[in-house]
Amino acid sequence: MADLNERLKKLVAEQLGVEEEKIVPSATFLDDLNADSLDLVELVMSLEEEFGVEITDEEAEKLRTVGDAEAFIKAHIQE
Amino acid sequence: MDLLKGKKALIVGIANDHSIAWGIAQALKQAGAELAFSYAGESLERRVRPLAEQLGVSFVQQCDVSDDAQIATLFEKLGAEFGQFDILVHSVAYAKREDLSGRFIDSSRDGWRLAMDISAFSLVALTKAALPLLNPNANILTLSYYGAEKVVANYNVMGVAKAALEASVRYLAADLGPDGLRVNAISAGPIRTLSASGIGNFRRLHKAFTNANPMRRAITIEDVGNTALWLCSDLASGVTGEVVYVDGGFNVLGMSEESQA
Repeated sequence: MADLNERLKKLVAEQLGVEEEKIVPSATFLDDLNADSLDLVELVMSLEEEFGVEITDEEAEKLRTVGDAEAFIKAHIQE
Repeated sequence: MDLLKGKKALIVGIANDHSIAWGIAQALKQAGAELAFSYAGESLERRVRPLAEQLGVSFVQQCDVSDDAQIATLFEKLGAEFGQFDILVHSVAYAKREDLSGRFIDSSRDGWRLAMDISAFSLVALTKAALPLLNPNANILTLSYYGAEKVVANYNVMGVAKAALEASVRYLAADLGPDGLRVNAISAGPIRTLSASGIGNFRRLHKAFTNANPMRRAITIEDVGNTALWLCSDLASGVTGEVVYVDGGFNVLGMSEESQA
């Protein structure tokens, strides 16, 4: 799962244009990582492509932090 | 094949690299066209600029298509920096999120106006403003969806706006045909774009479409780009006022074996 963590970090860093050091589990996308609403939509689409998971609109709204996203992917990824 | 060698195109409506307009831009560029981009709002600039660079596009201008002054500015600058051109691609639509789920009957007057203005009238406004800069035999292309003709859950007010858009294509084709200009629309199958993410339960729609259409696959922005290239080239020299489906044949279906299961 270390690999998953790295992949997620890289993806978030690329999508939001932030340094990987700032991407910690407690970091919120909106406030800590300065994402806007378009960023969040794009982020969800990229997560789905990268990890082959499905994230519904309701589930997406609950993904507020990097940790939320990681937990969601771990729970839904099929490997 | 350099179908569009020496031609110039203005692409309105790129948001990011998932945009249908981006698929069209790539196809036109590959065929030899020189491109200019216009995007909707400030938040899109940092998404559109890198894409423009990728295709060597130097004219990139923000334009809110619901604002006549901004449309005037766009074509003023375009005329000065890009010059006369041959192809106008309109890939713009907007509705409030709350108008893209639930029951159509609950649409608000404001939401209706907004969707109609940005998604349908903008084609007329842009076309009219572009006319002085359009070369003879120029092409105008817009993007529609099946929800314009048939009821698609959650598409609601956008279905009405797309119906108005498709009708506008026909009226514009009649107006401009005598001058050799062609006006067409592509009705594309559902594609996961930034805009599509505003439609309620879009994922389910996308999946159902992919499973049901005769080709049993999702439609890509490359599929749309290919047909856009055809429509905007001389290969479609006698085609105007049309709505061309790029939907894997979904629109021909009545009742399939699967839907009876």
